Amino acid sequence: MNKILNKSKIKRKEKNESFHNVRERNKLSNGYFMKRKIGNGIFKFARGVMLFGLCFLILQPLLSKISVSFMLERDLYDATIINIPRNFTTSNYERASMLMNYPRSIVSTLWVSLVVALVQVASTTLVAYGFARYKFPGKNLLFGAVILSIVIPPQTILTALYLNFRYFDFFGIISLFGGKPVNLLNSIWPYIMVSAGAMGLKNGLYIFMLRQYFRGIPKELEEAAYVDGCGKLKTFLVIMLPDARPMLTSIFLFSYVWQWTDTFYSSLFLRKFGLLSNAVSGLGDGLTTYIQNISNRTELPSIAYQQAIISTGMLMVIAPLLIIYLVAQKGFVESLAQAGIKM
Amino acid sequence: MKKEKKHKKPKSMAYRNAVTGYLFTLPFIIGFIMFLLVPMFQSLRMAFSDVVFQDGITYDFIGLDNFKYAFTVDPDFYPNMIAELIQMAYSVPSIIIFSFFIAIVLNQQFKGRGLVRAIFFLPVILSSGVLVGLETNNSLMAGLKDVIAETSNLTSITDTVKKMILPEGVTIGPIMYVFDAVDQVYDIAIASGIQIIIFLSGLQTISPSMFEAAKIEGATAWETFWKITFPMISSLILVNVIYSIIDFFLKTDNEVMDLIKQTMVSKVEYGLSSAMAWTYFAVVAVIIGVVSAIISKKVYYYE
Repeated sequence: MNKILNKSKIKRKEKNESFHNVRERNKLSNGYFMKRKIGNGIFKFARGVMLFGLCFLILQPLLSKISVSFMLERDLYDATIINIPRNFTTSNYERASMLMNYPRSIVSTLWVSLVVALVQVASTTLVAYGFARYKFPGKNLLFGAVILSIVIPPQTILTALYLNFRYFDFFGIISLFGGKPVNLLNSIWPYIMVSAGAMGLKNGLYIFMLRQYFRGIPKELEEAAYVDGCGKLKTFLVIMLPDARPMLTSIFLFSYVWQWTDTFYSSLFLRKFGLLSNAVSGLGDGLTTYIQNISNRTELPSIAYQQAIISTGMLMVIAPLLIIYLVAQKGFVESLAQAGIKM
Repeated sequence: MKKEKKHKKPKSMAYRNAVTGYLFTLPFIIGFIMFLLVPMFQSLRMAFSDVVFQDGITYDFIGLDNFKYAFTVDPDFYPNMIAELIQMAYSVPSIIIFSFFIAIVLNQQFKGRGLVRAIFFLPVILSSGVLVGLETNNSLMAGLKDVIAETSNLTSITDTVKKMILPEGVTIGPIMYVFDAVDQVYDIAIASGIQIIIFLSGLQTISPSMFEAAKIEGATAWETFWKITFPMISSLILVNVIYSIIDFFLKTDNEVMDLIKQTMVSKVEYGLSSAMAWTYFAVVAVIIGVVSAIISKKVYYYE
């Protein structure tokens, strides 16, 4: 007992001393010390409040979707229920899952996104390395083409691309040998080809980022490898790729996530695959048809209920991405922030 | 070197490097020609012709009729495009200022920085593709919200503040801009994930010794910001402005984009939709060209 009291006395003494110290230091600095300390405190407090507010602002739609997704329909109209559902239910999830054909569509989205992301990472890395390290005639012109592929709205070429794959003919080679143009729509091949040609969704951006990253790696590494008799391809695979791993992971994640939520290319090429992004964009109409079918065309779903189902569907689409993000978040954010993207 | 030995002469380093360079970029070259250049020319051809689907496709050259139709007859195209341009002029500066500010804050040391960073980059996932379209395309819900707001006498904080400091009916440009930006802070925060990352990466490349030197010389934080941080990061402002403009124009919930797609999918007017897309692209290209020409004059490159 005594010991503890003693300890606390010592602590108090120390505190007093440190307080004296602060006062003395304040006196010595003509009040500058205190002013600065208070100023810093206010600044930190204001920063904390602002960051908390903004974080809340970003998270709020997500949180409200989560709370709505667990509500029964009558909870949606009850003004006394704000965030916590009174009748806790998972029926929204069951219905959304049924309407989106969730088990099937999540499997096909998983593997389509995986294949596409892998192909895109492979092709954009090769191209970016070529741009970063080698000099060849027309390089600037080609890089201008990369910029063009970032800038041009995909809608401009949508029609032509669609028709191209509807009547696919590789530079006229197929008809040269007496074959007929092939209809490649609703197979994964068009998308694989587009990705392999580094022309998929935002691939220009990936090339740009990877090129900046490769330029930041010192050339001496490769020169040492060449001197030791390493070939060009081997140098790239063995020396450069492991070095660029953080950036490659980020690009892979970007590509995976954006492919996951993309409707532009997937509604064009992959309609039959029943991808999640296509399923969720048709969810509202699907619900209307479903309600009409079970009620013999007499009822329409209320707006609030439709919203609740759509929110639930969106949550189900986002959930796997959120899990990936939570796992990979640290490496993802840090590698991007440290990549040093410079012009 | 003797002539008869020419066939044995090894190729020069530059030549071999060039070949390797072409080999590495070959996927892009093929992809660019097949999936961008050829479709671009085809769609340009469509824009100037009437596309008919009968036993394959036939193009009847009709000159500028599609463009004339888009501008003079179509009720939605021209007004929508102007509206989007005005909206862009509003939102791009606020996105840049917001993301710059947030990047500076996120670059400081404080507890829970990792978590806050993670939350700020979350929109990169949440506001992509189909999700942003679903969020905003629901006009019914938006209408309902307006009705609720009108009848329940709820006013936003910005409205109240506006009433407090401005006399009735007075509108002063810059102040109104700030109020509008505050009203849209959610949209801005959602749209600036990538821009924050780019600014943050730029901030981390500025060497700390510069700030140290400035501090020793007695520079205030304000001076340090304008004399060191701002010039060092100005090249990234250019990148971000261009990225924001492109991102704004290519968003899924952009009305012009939607109109172009609708014209193609539901009206099956391929020629008209191509003409619209090309007009739109030309406008975007001109804007990006002008903006980057203006900004790149002010950019400071540190070598």
